[in-house]
Amino acid sequence: MSQTQTAATPDERVKTRSSFHQLLIRPELGGICGVIIVFAFFMLTAMDSGMFSLSGVMNWSVVSSQFIIIAVGACLLMIAGEFDLSVGSMIGFAGMSIALLSVTFGLPVWSAIILTFILCMLIGGLNGWLVIKTGLPSFIVTLALLFILRGLTIFGAITATNKTIVGGVRDVAQGDWLAPIFGGKVFTGAFQWMADQGWIDTFSRGVKKGQPIVEGIPMLMVWALGLVIFGHYLLTKTKFGNWIFAAGGDAQAARYVGVPVNRVKIAMFMFTAFCACVFATAQVMEFGSAGADRGVLKEFEAIISVVIGGALLTGGYGSVIGAALGAIIFGVVQQGLFFAGVESSLFRVFLGVILLLAVILNTYIRRKITGEK
Amino acid sequence: MKLSKLFKSTALALTMAVPFAMVTTTAHADGERYVLVSHAPDSDSWWNTVKNGIKLAGKQMDVKVEYRNPPTGDLADMARIIEQATASKPDGIITTLADFDVLSGPIRSAVDQGINVIIMNSGTPEQTREVGALMFVGQPEYDAGFAAGQRAKGDGVKSFVCVNHVISNTVVAERCRGFADALGIDLGKSMLDSGEDPGEIKNRVLAYLAANPKTDAILTLGPTSADPTIAALKENGMAGDIYFGTFDLGTEIVKAIKEDIIKWGIDQQPFLQAYLPVVILTNYDRYGVLPGNNINSGPGFVTKEALGLVEKYAGEFR
Repeated sequence: MSQTQTAATPDERVKTRSSFHQLLIRPELGGICGVIIVFAFFMLTAMDSGMFSLSGVMNWSVVSSQFIIIAVGACLLMIAGEFDLSVGSMIGFAGMSIALLSVTFGLPVWSAIILTFILCMLIGGLNGWLVIKTGLPSFIVTLALLFILRGLTIFGAITATNKTIVGGVRDVAQGDWLAPIFGGKVFTGAFQWMADQGWIDTFSRGVKKGQPIVEGIPMLMVWALGLVIFGHYLLTKTKFGNWIFAAGGDAQAARYVGVPVNRVKIAMFMFTAFCACVFATAQVMEFGSAGADRGVLKEFEAIISVVIGGALLTGGYGSVIGAALGAIIFGVVQQGLFFAGVESSLFRVFLGVILLLAVILNTYIRRKITGEK
Repeated sequence: MKLSKLFKSTALALTMAVPFAMVTTTAHADGERYVLVSHAPDSDSWWNTVKNGIKLAGKQMDVKVEYRNPPTGDLADMARIIEQATASKPDGIITTLADFDVLSGPIRSAVDQGINVIIMNSGTPEQTREVGALMFVGQPEYDAGFAAGQRAKGDGVKSFVCVNHVISNTVVAERCRGFADALGIDLGKSMLDSGEDPGEIKNRVLAYLAANPKTDAILTLGPTSADPTIAALKENGMAGDIYFGTFDLGTEIVKAIKEDIIKWGIDQQPFLQAYLPVVILTNYDRYGVLPGNNINSGPGFVTKEALGLVEKYAGEFR
């Protein structure tokens, strides 16, 4: 009798958790719930508005992809315990750099893109180096860079061309080998085929008559997907990923156990700059022009996506998948409100409410899990 | 524990509030639906007149109208909004052509999907034709500046400063160029990049006038730069003495015209830019009638003599 009893009693030092509780532990949970709620909501309110037609889906998917691209960088950096407020200015700066180098100074587009990537990642590295060397909060250092980069962008554009919008990139990018990797579209054949079968809408007039309204999957979405996979793999399956968590959780403790915290943080600043540069390049290649005011406030949109996705502002906790889900929620809500016909002045009210709700939900879930009171 | 309570009550409040906000905007779904997409950030109050214009036209024509804008004024975001508007299949889109490179693709795509488009406010008749829009309703900026310059020249003006609060908008800068050309002088040093902050604008105008005391005239490009300039002139005692003209109207500008501080205001009549396209599109959809040319909504000069109605409706319809 007594023997069977001891076998059935579990080790009292190990706390048991229900499988439901186990599920809650994932930082993505808030994001998953959010996505379900948001889609259910718009299915109910905006079903017949064209939001879920092919071109409608493409519209909010592209906007979400834009958020994902900058959110992945911001997410990894935030988990590593730092902020980058210069993302928006970096987008404007990178776009202008590509336009000026290629259109005004006549460099081939591929070299303009590569040079810009190098330049941006160096500036990202500078951000990180300044934060490490001065010991100042990254909030302040990158806030300074926000102004410096925006100012340089306007100054560069004005002195080189006397204008603040530099166009003509599309013409010089014609036939370039690197440009389509950012601004091109894939699976165009499949979409044309579906149009020929009459499955998807086509243009009814003009030079594109008979061609599908949605020509293909923009490379922007491919980049977004690629960055999420890369970021998720890096964070969860590699040693470097553990270093990122450690550097953001407790930098001093991480140093004691031999994590190269400075190197990790600087690398993450560079990666954030890389993501901003991808965003800018795709934008310039798609629209054919760079404006000195592009990307204003994008840093906050990136941070909001990451926070909706369950990452902690203090670092050491979060997930790339969560950030991507946060970006999807943000993008779907932003465009969905237009589809639902909400008065545009209420737009920011809704964004604010959703941000607040997401953070409260995430905090609530996390406290439940960790038993914090 | 508190947090869970807060969470529950917030969620409850939200589920109740959200459908309510939705219902108010999707009232009558039968009539034609037109979407106006502007390039203005939320903070730009001048566009309120445009909102009122489409609202009134929507009521009078019994059609549904929607106003959309990129919250931060980012033109790449505006392109996405035009794509969004297209996907929602409205009967017509009214939009500005603030940057041809960025916006021509999405607009062309809307036109090719069978949606009627009218360009308002920013753009040129040539660009309008190129994207396949029906017409352009707006003020030809260079011509408006030129007309103002001729008027100033007649009043004996020989030099001026252009207080430009939107240096990034090349179309608006055309106003200064037209003004300078009419006076027969080089624009060069007469352009003052004032920034958008009222405090900064005021101080830069004060500094410019202190450094160039022989300036005959001031030209401001809208309420954003005019209001602080009025304050600056009151402070340095040049109010009423220096020749002061401005583009666009607003409450402060109307007051200053009344007080003889501003000689004239050029009204591009944004109300018409919003109101007319809705009326035109509705009649085109219903009866197939369409005016044969672009419509110049301005320039209309507003002076002290003709202030009655302007004063009454400044900021609302004027």
